[in-house]
This record gives sequence, C-alpha cells and structure tokens, in this order.
Amino acid sequence: MTFNWDLVWSSFGPIIGGALTGTIPLTLASFAFGLLLALLVALLRLSPNRVLSGIARFYVSVIRGTPLLVQLFVIFYGLPSLGVKLEPWPSAIIAFSLNVGGYAAEIIRAAILSVPKGQWEAGHTIGMSGTQTLVRIILPQAARVSVPPLSNTFISLVKDTSLASLILVTELFRNAQQIAAFSQEFMVLYLEAALVYWVVCLALSTAQSALERRLDRYVAH
Amino acid sequence: MSPTDPVDASLVLSARGLTKSFGSNTVLRGIDLDVRRGKVVALIGPSGSGKTTVLRSLNGLEVPDGGTVTFGVAADGGGSGGAGRPLALDFGSPVGKREIAALRDRSAMVFQHYNLFPHMTVLKNVTEGPVQVQKRPKAEAEAEALRLLARVGLAEKRDAYPFQLSGGQQQRVGIVRALALKPQLLLFDEPTSALDPELVGEVLAVIKELAEEGWTMVIVTHELGFARHVADEVVFMDGGVVVERGPAAEVLGAPRQERTKQFVKRIQHEV
Ligand SMILES: Nc1ncnc2c1ncn2[C@@H]1O[C@H](COP(=O)(O)OP(=O)(O)OP(=O)(O)O)[C@@H](O)[C@H]1O
Ligand SMILES: [Mg+2]
Repeated sequence: MTFNWDLVWSSFGPIIGGALTGTIPLTLASFAFGLLLALLVALLRLSPNRVLSGIARFYVSVIRGTPLLVQLFVIFYGLPSLGVKLEPWPSAIIAFSLNVGGYAAEIIRAAILSVPKGQWEAGHTIGMSGTQTLVRIILPQAARVSVPPLSNTFISLVKDTSLASLILVTELFRNAQQIAAFSQEFMVLYLEAALVYWVVCLALSTAQSALERRLDRYVAH
Repeated sequence: MSPTDPVDASLVLSARGLTKSFGSNTVLRGIDLDVRRGKVVALIGPSGSGKTTVLRSLNGLEVPDGGTVTFGVAADGGGSGGAGRPLALDFGSPVGKREIAALRDRSAMVFQHYNLFPHMTVLKNVTEGPVQVQKRPKAEAEAEALRLLARVGLAEKRDAYPFQLSGGQQQRVGIVRALALKPQLLLFDEPTSALDPELVGEVLAVIKELAEEGWTMVIVTHELGFARHVADEVVFMDGGVVVERGPAAEVLGAPRQERTKQFVKRIQHEV
C-alpha cells in the first residue's frame, strides 16, 4: 500500500480546525447548559413535592432510555414537522444539553445525598436557611464527590459530539468524512480523526486528575 | 402556663409539654424544661429516652408535634439582630419557617460527631455563621474567632482543615463555632461520647470553663461525674418523660425514683 503522506499532513489542518471550531465549543456549551439543567433536575428530584420530583424522574428516564442519536434526530429532523425549524448548531446544543442534563442529574443527586445529614444540621444550627446551607455547605462537598463521574460524562460528550456530523454540524468528524469521501482514503482519515479525539480525551483525563487532587485537599488520605 | 404569660426574667428558656412522635413511635410525652440565665442543666437518661430529640426540638432541628417553647429577653436586651427579643412558639398550631429560624437564632448546638464543615478551614468554620448569617463585618468576626480559638488553645490551627485535627480538637472547634454565634443558650449533645478516652478531658475542661464564665447550657451527657461537678440541675428522662429533676447532688447522689436509682447505679458500674 502506498501511503499518501501529503494527504495525511494536509488533512490534519481541517480536522484539528474542526475540533477547535466545532467539537470543543459544542462540547463546552452543551456541558455548561447541561450541568445547569442537571442541577435543577437533581433538586427537583430531591424535592418533597411529588409532582416536581415526578416530572424530574420522567425526564431522566426518557433521556437515559433513548439513544442520543434518536434525540438528535427528533430535534433536528422531527421538530420541523411541528413548525419548529432549528439550525444544526442550536439543534445539536439543545440535544446534547438535554442529554447531559439527564445523566448528570443522577450524578448530582447521588452526590448531594452522599453528604451526611449532620452537615445540613450544622448549617441550620449556625442559622443558615435551607438555600444557604445547600449553596455554601452541601454543594461544595457534593462537587468533590461528583467530579470523577462528571468528568467521565464530559469525556463521553466529547466523543458523542461526532454524532452532530449527522445533522450537518461542521465539526471534527464531518471534516474528516468530507475529505475521506473526496480522496477515497477512508482508513487514513478516520484514523486521523480517532487520533485527534484520543489526544483531546487524554488531555482531559490529565486535567481531571489535577482537579480531583485539588478538590481532595481537605480530605484525609 | 401559656407562652403569652409574663416570664420570670431570669428564665432563658422555658419549654412546656413538648410532644413528638416519629410515625407510631412516641418519643416525647410532654417534656417541661426551664433553664435560668447562667445555669447548666444536664440531661441524662438511657439510650432512646428522647434526650437528643429534646435538644433538637429546642434548636428547631426537629419540630415538636405539640407544646410550647419560650425564650426570654437576652441579657444584652435584644442586640444581635433581633435574636435577643422574647420568643414564644406554640407547636400546637403550624409553625412557619420564620419562627423556626428565630428559634435557631437563640441557641447553638454542639454535636456528638462535631459536624464541622470539612471543606472549610478552622477559621472559616467559626466565622461562617457570624459573617454569612449574622452579617457581621468579616474582620471583626475573624478577630473574635481567633480570640475564641486562642481560649481553647487552637489559635495556631486557624488554617488547618478539620481532617487534620484530633477528635478533641475538632470538638473544641465545634464549641467555638457555637460560641461565635453569641447564642443565649448552648446545647451539647453528648459532646465527648465520640472521643477516645484520653481526649475527653480537654473537651470537658472547656465546657467547665464556659459554665464558670456564666454561659447558659443544656448538656446531654453520660459523664455523670462531670454532670455532678458542673451542672446546677440534673434532669433524668426515661421513655419520653422527665422522671426526676433537681440539684445535681440530689439526683445523682440520692435519687428518689427507682428508675433513676437503677440508671445511676448502672452507669457508675460501667465507668
Ligand atoms: N429522625 C428520626 N426518625 C425516626 N425515629 C427517630 C428519629 N430520631 C429519633 N428517633 C427515635 O426516637 C427515639 C429517641 O431518640 P433520641 O435520639 O432522642 O434518644 P436519646 O435519648 O438521645 O438516645 P441516645 O442516648 O442513644 O442518644 C429513639 O427510639 C429513636 O429511634
Ligand atoms: Mg442521643
């Protein structure tokens, strides 16, 4: 097999470019919105109000019980038939945020529940309201517990954004696909795409370890 | 006595007829408790008799099903942001969040398992309430916290995290955290029972000093020797009722009720 080195080098540009202008911003935006949504859903799920916790439970169940690709297609290809037409980018951000929201909600809920009850009581005995105790005492401790699983969610999201290529978002994998189709060098291009995803995920794993060490500074080892 | 009756000015706390059930388990069956300014009340009794539930009810961590809790006017006549004004709660009717908050402002709890905030330094643990809740200036709250920490011998631990402290040190921080709130009443729930025996003394010494200084306290304890030494009054509970109460020397030295006698005898055998 003769190897087209020129193609290898020239195609790295668009692939990395797709990562920088597509994959990474899409991941960051979806994760940020997803986390906010997840916190809200986790709190609803923990609420004593049956209706609110029921709604939250239903949402989590639907997100976790259906494929991400189907969620993406419902929003991009399905909604227009209800008169809601969204561009590829907003569709992707909405779908991924909703998806992260469902998974991260369960992580955050478990993390909040893992904080000992005595911490709520200590907050109350120094006069804090429920909200103050949640924000200043419980969530910082829950954050430490939830960093490892949330980091995993984040890293999965990086890889999952490749699905956005199927709703025409210009990102890493779509760029690789287009060059591959044009040059017919499928193996080379898809391996390149894999390599770039891998490098990004390695970097994130390193950052995750550093963050965990930092958050562990107040815990006995 | 209804909560609107004028109260004896020396009374910090007066509870009447507190009742509480958890499901079908009736834990408090009408508890009365008076605590006078500068006095120490020791609450003793067998496991499950309801001692912790009484303390938690006084601090609003548990809401009783019935009865009243009245706090008198504070010695400083109502400084500290309204927490010094008289307060009367009747648990016979629904009690709102604001009333529970007002109740909490008047006392502070020291927990059996310390319950320090693990993500905050010692200094932050102590200033969190004064700064975030009472809105006192940070510099002032820190100076006060350091003064209190120095008193319990922990000034140099100001920047340590709780996990870096021994149990005895953690409990002393727990006490300082409560003191920093300047409550009218300090509540201790078995403050030494989670400690290794050699660390019990340092914590009891701090509590004894506070008693001598005139803090008003209710202490749940199994340390009967300590209770006899420090408490002005001992209240013996069993099965959700007060069985016997009186001066420490009488209740512990010459109990009148059979149940008290047996309890005191049993505890003294264990020690
Ligand atoms: N939150 C709760 N839910 C259900 N039952 C409870 C709760 N808190 C306390 N109880 C029950 O109430 C009873 C009295 O408990 P409490 O903790 O007040 O006793 P105690 O006198 O402090 O005992 P100990 O000496 O063991 O600390 C026990 O039977 C306990 O199981
Ligand atoms: Mg108890």
